[in-house]
Amino acid sequence: MSKINFLKPDKSNLYTFLYLGSFLFFVSVLDVLLNSFFSLNLTGFLPGFLSFLLPLILGFIGLYFIRIELSGIKQLDLLNKHINTNNFNAVLSLLIIFIILKSIPPILSWFVIDASFAGDSKDVCTGTGACWTYIKVWMRRFMYGMYPNGEQWRINLSFIALASLGSVGYFATDRFKKYLTLYYVVIYPFIAFLFIFFFISGGPVFFDFSYGIIAAILSIIIGFFIPSKFKFYYFLIVPFALYVLLKYFIFYEELIELGKLDGLNWVETGAWGGLSLTFIISFFCLIFCFPIGMAFALGRRSGFPLIRYISIGFIEFWRGVPLITVLFMSAVMFPMFLPADFFIDKLVRCIIAISLFEAAYVAEVIRGGLQALPRGQYEAAKSLGMGYWRMHIFVILPQALKLVIPGIANTFLALVKDTPLIFVVGLLEIVGMLNLAKTNPEWLGFAMEGYVFAAIIFWIICYAMSKYSYNLEQKYKTDR
Amino acid sequence: MTVVAVVLVFGFFTYNAQVNMENRGIDFGYGFLSQESSFDVQFSLIEYDGSHSYFRAYLVGLLNTILVSVIGIFLATILGVLVGIARLSPNYLINKFAAFYVEFFRNIPLLLQIFFWYFAALRALPLPQDAEAMFGISFLTIKGLFVPAFIWENFNIFFYSIVAAIVAIIVIRAHAKKVQETQGKQTPVLLISIGLIFILPLLSFLIGGVRLSFEVPVLKQLATTSFIYEGGVSLPPELIALALSLSLYTATFIAECVRAGIQGVGKGQKEAAASIGLTQNQVLKLVVMPQALRIIIPPTTNQYLNLTKNSSLAAAIAYPDLVLVFAGTALMQTGKAIEIVSITMFTYLSLSISISLFMNWYNNKIAITEK
Repeated sequence: MSKINFLKPDKSNLYTFLYLGSFLFFVSVLDVLLNSFFSLNLTGFLPGFLSFLLPLILGFIGLYFIRIELSGIKQLDLLNKHINTNNFNAVLSLLIIFIILKSIPPILSWFVIDASFAGDSKDVCTGTGACWTYIKVWMRRFMYGMYPNGEQWRINLSFIALASLGSVGYFATDRFKKYLTLYYVVIYPFIAFLFIFFFISGGPVFFDFSYGIIAAILSIIIGFFIPSKFKFYYFLIVPFALYVLLKYFIFYEELIELGKLDGLNWVETGAWGGLSLTFIISFFCLIFCFPIGMAFALGRRSGFPLIRYISIGFIEFWRGVPLITVLFMSAVMFPMFLPADFFIDKLVRCIIAISLFEAAYVAEVIRGGLQALPRGQYEAAKSLGMGYWRMHIFVILPQALKLVIPGIANTFLALVKDTPLIFVVGLLEIVGMLNLAKTNPEWLGFAMEGYVFAAIIFWIICYAMSKYSYNLEQKYKTDR
Repeated sequence: MTVVAVVLVFGFFTYNAQVNMENRGIDFGYGFLSQESSFDVQFSLIEYDGSHSYFRAYLVGLLNTILVSVIGIFLATILGVLVGIARLSPNYLINKFAAFYVEFFRNIPLLLQIFFWYFAALRALPLPQDAEAMFGISFLTIKGLFVPAFIWENFNIFFYSIVAAIVAIIVIRAHAKKVQETQGKQTPVLLISIGLIFILPLLSFLIGGVRLSFEVPVLKQLATTSFIYEGGVSLPPELIALALSLSLYTATFIAECVRAGIQGVGKGQKEAAASIGLTQNQVLKLVVMPQALRIIIPPTTNQYLNLTKNSSLAAAIAYPDLVLVFAGTALMQTGKAIEIVSITMFTYLSLSISISLFMNWYNNKIAITEK
């Protein structure tokens, strides 16, 4: 065995250093581990300051000893390469390991071990941990807001129906693939609107809705027997005619008055809330802001100065002001500009405001994509004799939108994260409901649980969205 | 066609507004700005009480907005740059830790974070009488952070000395550059600069008669169970919660900008710089950073703007910023919705537009001019 130089570990005494270093490193980690999980202090006999720093010093020396380049042991080389490249990195790695070890026990005990899950009143929450009973009791309010308990199946049913309608794209055969864009851009939002307006909102108009559905289903069934020559005219006329027929020949208003029919109760938008409202607002704003944004993006690159300046003004205006002032405007200033007897619902005003606001951001993102396309694409399309709209729809936009998927996903994420701001106009989605529940005299002092709960929900939604956009980006990536 | 449509829409809105205001008996005008405001603001940088005008209230709100934005930008930049560099670290643990931070804070709505810090985290702080002193001089309590105030004597001399140091540094840098270009000699600019910025203010203490003393906050009993610290500077918990959440949130975006910027510099650039004999530090300073900054600065400025706009969420936790003081309290008192909302929006708009104009100018200045 050659002479050992402890200041300069090298390969000749590999195993001496390896055992010594691993032992020191192991001791330091063990010390912190015992300290945090079992509150034992191995080094308690030393003076306070030294006892505090000792694991760090020991670990540092240990890591220094095992930092031997090209040792020939695969695991050791990997370890050195990843967490132990030099002194500075070694200290940082140790610190992070210690922080993680130190923070696991308190977090675990707060979340699970000392937390209370059972019961349905505040009395069970006596431990030091979280009170998940609070969330359990308030769950309906956090999900549905002030929506009446007995009517909540309407929201569930609509959401399930819309989700299944939305997943049509996955099952569509190649024959129907070309209609998907039309379906998602025009038909699906329209159906969603019908659901929200007639079904969740309810009231006597519900019958209009059900007649509409019946008419649509009937006409589709009959449509299979119509020769394809007349199909276009058939679908243009018959559904509407059926609807009118049902509406005016089955006199539902009289039936309601006679008590033979029981319509859905009307639930005003002020009572909507919770997570379902977050979904409703995000959904409609997503749908509206995209085409508006696209229009302004094209407008900003338009050849007509007037359209260009209007687009620039619009975009820069909305991008320059905070969303909260926009909502303020929609709440207090906008009604002043409308005729006195003209009233727009609070929720609708909110959706308009957020859509316009986010549209400006979408416009800038899409403009980035339009500018990134080489000029040759425009020229090639024009040389084929395409007009402005044909060129944009078939050549430019498909390429540009593909380029800006990440940017659009970011804007949509920002939109979802902005929805809690509607508290300004008095609508309470999940964060608003939390604040309301927090001030309930029977349930004081559980703010933390509520916010953690909402944070987890939002985190899952946003993380899923960002991962989905990443997948889309990979799917539509074309090498150019 | 478009002109007619725009004119018609605006005409329709204006007509309606006039009719509505007549109905409610409100007259249009900005004269109310000079009237007495008669409401109080709990935290203001300038002297203000109910007897001052609405315009003064507007200034109070604006200054509070600027204060929290500046603090937020300062903290977010430091944290963002650190995390952005950490994400590029070869150290697996540091890398993942930074990635976790970014993914965690970026995907939770800012408003929720503000609520969390204000209503949940900061409420767990001790009462003033139980607070332990940090470094013996400042106190972090449920009623806010109390730090010592600086009391200067001959502050202007100190100020001039710093200005003189900065001017001297600029002159020396220009001279050093000229010397290097003409004679190829290098001057240790950094050392000289650090020396100057310390020595000149120090001289002002020794010779110029500048004195600095601290006023440490002292615990004072208001009632039997109510205590507060007096003296020094007090930062309200709203400000702390807001600055904290704004900087933690924005730092994630800045970190991504920094990462993208440094990654955006081609590997060939570094190798080329190393092959002509530059040292590691020189490569970083002369080759990587100038190119990375060109990529980093525009999106980062955008994030600063976002932070400033997001500071309007202060209204949710009653930090008296522009939106709360002016678009909230003042609007409730005067009922002049159109005027007040338009002033508020115009303020934010002019802030944003002036910064983006500056950025455009800066971008054009540093843009690579291709032949």
